[in-house]
Amino acid sequence: MQYQRNVYGKALVELGRENKDIIVLDADLSSSTRTAFFAKEFPERFFNMGIAEQNMMAVAAGLASCGKVVFVSTFALFAAGRAWDQVRNTICHNNLNVKIVATHSGISVGPDGASHQALEDIALMRVIPKMSLIVPADAPQTKQAILAAAKHPCPVYIRLGRPKVEDLDKQDFRIGKANIIKEGRDISIIACGIMVKQALDAANILSKEGIAARVVNMSTIKPIDKEIIFDCLKQTKGIITAEEHSIIGGLGGAVSEIVSEIPTKKVVRKIGTRDRFGQSGEPQELMKEYGLTAQDIADAGREILMKNV
Amino acid sequence: MNYSEKEIKDLENKAKDVRRLIVQILARAGSGHPGGSLSATDLISVLFFKKLNYHLNELRWKGRDRVHFSKGHACPLLFVLLSKIGHFPEKELWNLRRLNSILQGHPDKRTPGVEISSGSLGQGLSVAVGMALAGRLDKMNYSIYCLLGDGEVQEGEIWEAAMSAAFFKLDNLCAILDYNKFQIDGRVEEIMNIEPLVQKWQAFGWNVLEIDGHNIKEILKAYDNFKTAKEKPTIIIAHTIKGKGVSFMENVVDFHGRTPTEEETEKAMKELR
Repeated sequence: MQYQRNVYGKALVELGRENKDIIVLDADLSSSTRTAFFAKEFPERFFNMGIAEQNMMAVAAGLASCGKVVFVSTFALFAAGRAWDQVRNTICHNNLNVKIVATHSGISVGPDGASHQALEDIALMRVIPKMSLIVPADAPQTKQAILAAAKHPCPVYIRLGRPKVEDLDKQDFRIGKANIIKEGRDISIIACGIMVKQALDAANILSKEGIAARVVNMSTIKPIDKEIIFDCLKQTKGIITAEEHSIIGGLGGAVSEIVSEIPTKKVVRKIGTRDRFGQSGEPQELMKEYGLTAQDIADAGREILMKNV
Repeated sequence: MNYSEKEIKDLENKAKDVRRLIVQILARAGSGHPGGSLSATDLISVLFFKKLNYHLNELRWKGRDRVHFSKGHACPLLFVLLSKIGHFPEKELWNLRRLNSILQGHPDKRTPGVEISSGSLGQGLSVAVGMALAGRLDKMNYSIYCLLGDGEVQEGEIWEAAMSAAFFKLDNLCAILDYNKFQIDGRVEEIMNIEPLVQKWQAFGWNVLEIDGHNIKEILKAYDNFKTAKEKPTIIIAHTIKGKGVSFMENVVDFHGRTPTEEETEKAMKELR
């Protein structure tokens, strides 16, 4: 079990050693986002912008316009929500080399409650032209995603969580490429972030009932891996998407957009928050309350198969 | 620095020429923002013709001074000046605001010479802070000039940027506030008063210069003062007249976002002769 944030912080230091054009900005959350590691090693290339996310995003754009590779971090809600116009008009419209690494996404933020639980950020960031969007499932993938983003000279949004996560995906990460981490021919579960673990657990529940579920780690939400979605449709009886995000506009939305363009009778069932704000609670309690557990995914799988019969 | 009467006169004539083009290309485009382009014309023309450091044969030279229009709607002024210094042929100006034109309704990176797009107010000063930090990190001597509108400083991000520019002691950054006293809905002081402006910027830790934004000599001296300021960003608060140079546009709020008719354009050309 590892924190994605710790891996992120260490990867930044590595990048900083290799490339003197790497600049890091944070908005008074560097100890939580772990950009503090970089700040300690390269104080001249780290700028704490104070609690002013809008300024931070546009400053990042200014730095990038002069050839810098800029990593910007804060909590997901403030990165994607507070500074949306700056991200759209100043970073993305200019296709600038800015990486927004947003931590503390989703309901698993826990006791801090609704104001700090970003359940809309995938939707907000995904809709902007030029933006790429990555939701790593575990710590090793987080590291690979950070290194890949640094080499991709365009805007990237990387969504990280607060809790520790298990190492799950042993395959290589590439932007735009999803990985099948468990094979199965009855049903497909396409998940991202911490829900990949829930998807694997759901596949285990279903396998005891004789149902073979395929688990896809859709780590890049944009550009989405269309081929793997088509394969899932062709080779299995339906798709379940699982995300720690609203079912409106997130991974489920993205997969549905692809599926809706081809003739098929197969369904896409979405696991995610259902047009609700979060609230305080322990992460596990919240996952249960909002229908984000392995059991919820397994139930959806059974339902799809029953309708198919 | 001292400036001869001839130099001043020459700059006045050049600014008049810029104004003529602004009015003409806006009339041709049929939409756009004459008032706030004409109010800033003297300030920015002096900058381009006299102060800006750039290489004609290498316009993307890394050491070039950067100009960013945070009040993006004044871009006809920027486009005229960019064409004057050779970023693109003057004939392109007649395609302003047309489909697939390199000259968009607000500054856009597709235009040669535009550093970064703008138009959503309040963000440009932050962008300039980023450029200033990059210049310092790279040990380059370039300056960053950022044009702000008066109504624009109602945006909260301006003050986030102001705070950070002073905190980082960005003496390579010069903001120019085109204080023409009008915004779309009326007089700034009646919509949302921004005064006391000088004291606000001073309190934020800036080197504050208050000038007549149509007096060429005062404008030149303000830019010189900026170059000598140490450890502080500079703001030139320039009192200007919206629509300056065309009598029937001056202080007429309607011309914030309305372009002149054919007849009005003719009249304007006579006045700007």
